[in-house]
Amino acid sequence: MSEQEHATSTKARPAGSGAEPLLRVSHLQKHFPITTSGLLRRTIGSVKAVDGISLEVGRSETLGLVGESGCGKSTAGRTMLKLLEPTAGTIEFEGRDITRLNRAQMVPMRRRMQMIFQDPYSSLNPRHTVGSIIGAPYAIQGVNPPGGVKAAVQSLMERVGLNPEHYNRYPNEFSGGQRQRIGIARAIALHPKLIVCDEPVSALDVSIQAQVLNLLEDLQQEFEIAYLFIAHDLSVVRHISDRVAVMYLGHLAEVADADQIYLTPRHPYTLALLSAVPIPDPIKERKRKRILVQGDLPSPSNPPSGCVFRTRCWKAQDICAQQAPQLREMQPGHRVACHFPEEPKPVILSS
Amino acid sequence: MTVSAQVTPGSVPPAAFEEQEAIAGRSLGQLAWMRLRRDKGAMTAMITLIVIIALAVFAPLITRMLHIDPLSFDDKAVSQDGGLPIGPFGGMSLAHPLGVEPGTGRDNLARLLYGARVSLFISFSATIITCTIGVLVGIVAGYRRGWVDGALGRFMDIVLAFPLLLVALSMAPVLTQRLQSMGLSGNGGRVLYLILVISIFGWPYLARIVRGQVLSIREREFVESAVSMGAGTSRILFREILPNLWAPILVYATIVMPSYIALEASLSFLGVGVLPPTPTWGAMLADSVRYFVVDPAFLFFPGALLFIVVFAFNSLGDAVRDALDPRTGRV
Ligand SMILES: Nc1ncnc2c1ncn2[C@@H]1O[C@H](COP(=O)(O)OP(=O)(O)OP(=O)(O)O)[C@@H](O)[C@H]1O
Ligand code: SF4
Ligand SMILES: [Mg+2]
Repeated sequence: MSEQEHATSTKARPAGSGAEPLLRVSHLQKHFPITTSGLLRRTIGSVKAVDGISLEVGRSETLGLVGESGCGKSTAGRTMLKLLEPTAGTIEFEGRDITRLNRAQMVPMRRRMQMIFQDPYSSLNPRHTVGSIIGAPYAIQGVNPPGGVKAAVQSLMERVGLNPEHYNRYPNEFSGGQRQRIGIARAIALHPKLIVCDEPVSALDVSIQAQVLNLLEDLQQEFEIAYLFIAHDLSVVRHISDRVAVMYLGHLAEVADADQIYLTPRHPYTLALLSAVPIPDPIKERKRKRILVQGDLPSPSNPPSGCVFRTRCWKAQDICAQQAPQLREMQPGHRVACHFPEEPKPVILSS
Repeated sequence: MTVSAQVTPGSVPPAAFEEQEAIAGRSLGQLAWMRLRRDKGAMTAMITLIVIIALAVFAPLITRMLHIDPLSFDDKAVSQDGGLPIGPFGGMSLAHPLGVEPGTGRDNLARLLYGARVSLFISFSATIITCTIGVLVGIVAGYRRGWVDGALGRFMDIVLAFPLLLVALSMAPVLTQRLQSMGLSGNGGRVLYLILVISIFGWPYLARIVRGQVLSIREREFVESAVSMGAGTSRILFREILPNLWAPILVYATIVMPSYIALEASLSFLGVGVLPPTPTWGAMLADSVRYFVVDPAFLFFPGALLFIVVFAFNSLGDAVRDALDPRTGRV
């Protein structure tokens, strides 16, 4: 791979830096209290699932959010949609601060922000027909689509590749991939501007994953939707993302253009993540350098002082334990939280 | 389903549709009903119950056709000395197909049919009230969690701590009087009292079952999906969660229904039930015990009927549970 490929990104670029982002979160925190069980509950600590992340999602942009299991990706996505109450920080959607809006005040906002879930089985109510599942956004929001709900639902079904005649069927009669299409149809029904996709293909067969990803990309172009695309599979994220944010233990390690992340990663953790991804080319694969991070993921209820990655970082120095590295812009659009970032040169693929 | 049913967006080959067509549009409830239909024992129980319920509903019609009456005395059917029924097996005759009551000569069949009306009405009503309260409390406790759940849980503990029979017996005089002063005199008040007592002590069991189910259902992503679309609490409770509770509710109803029939019989047996001369199965059993030595047939009919109904309901309940959850089923 060359610099050339880096330069010619095939994806449409997000709105320029001057335009206001669709979603902006600043210093977002979500802590879950740990309580004693029993009659009188005492709080004895907290799980710092999300501990101060700041990021932006531009209009019609796909921001990939990656990190290993338990690092707080789902919690971050849910908190941004206010499905969980943020502990601290601010969430701005279309320029409006929605951090402290209550449930009723959020209702009109929910037309413009949606979610696609990981589990195609638990995300569809087994007692509802496909028609009422996809039509639920209309019923809940009191929207009367032109031509009626049934016609609107059937055209959505057709759009996502389902047979509209299966309007009256129940989810148990569909395969995983088809169920995920039902969930997608439901999410786009009200033409939202932002969809949080929480590992939307990780439960599916590899052969079906690409089809669903293509569908998501087509819909993005057609309806100008921005995605916050959560995944732990880096190849999936690279395929779909304009930019990628790497998360570790409730913190952001690195945010950059997708190509920059893959070609010139600068945070040690990103490097380690990438080195674990096999390369399809067998010759390159043999030469691939693997960086194994030592030890286990620390508990988010008791994160390390300073840099949260320091317990597993091979570059850690004294300062890493004392001072938390800030997410600093190293190059335009490339932000890294590390006291000793890597040099900006391709490091993964040794030739 | 196979992978080949997956289609690329925009171009949907007809072959994919045909394969999907092969699966009929069936809900989980319809699938359960199909399994239940194949269960011969369950079908026998269900038909038995339908027949008995129909007999109770049409009791006035049937008694008129057979020229029998639950309340009128028949001096000629009982002996003048001691009042024992004349004829074989408790006074069976063309005029009285199941014999007569010792002493009065009232027709057993008519009294059983009319008694079924009272017994089934009380147990049906109590089942419906129990299930309604139990579901409401359980769903709220499970969904709200926190202090609401804690408070409701303690309240249920308190209710369950009362010994039902003792409370029912000791409260009867006061409460029936209270109901009487509210204009419900005689048997109306008695029937209402029985329904209330049975329901008040019955709902916490179902509430606990429902609460446990809701605790797990509320974590399923379709609930969060409804929240993410802006659904209010009532939609989430009654449109999203409640439909997933029909299985435990139905199973619980078929289990408590027979126990309520038996409970009504016990309470009537103990004298807090419906006043004579109105017949109920419990009151008939209570009366028949005194004659057991001299007229065993008098005990046999209400006893057998009670047994059949309770047994049929229990078998049906088991079968419903198996049909709704095939994993626990007999292979
Ligand atoms: N409702 C909750 N109550 C308490 N702790 C929670 C809750 N939800 C998540 N957590 C904790 O927060 C941390 C982050 O969880 P989260 O589900 O956001 O991770 P994730 O990155 O999405 O992981 P995965 O890839 O497995 O989905 C975990 O330690 C998890 O145990
Ligand atoms: S700040 Fe220090 S410990 Fe953290 S990633 Fe950088 S080098 Fe490693
Ligand atoms: Mg997750």
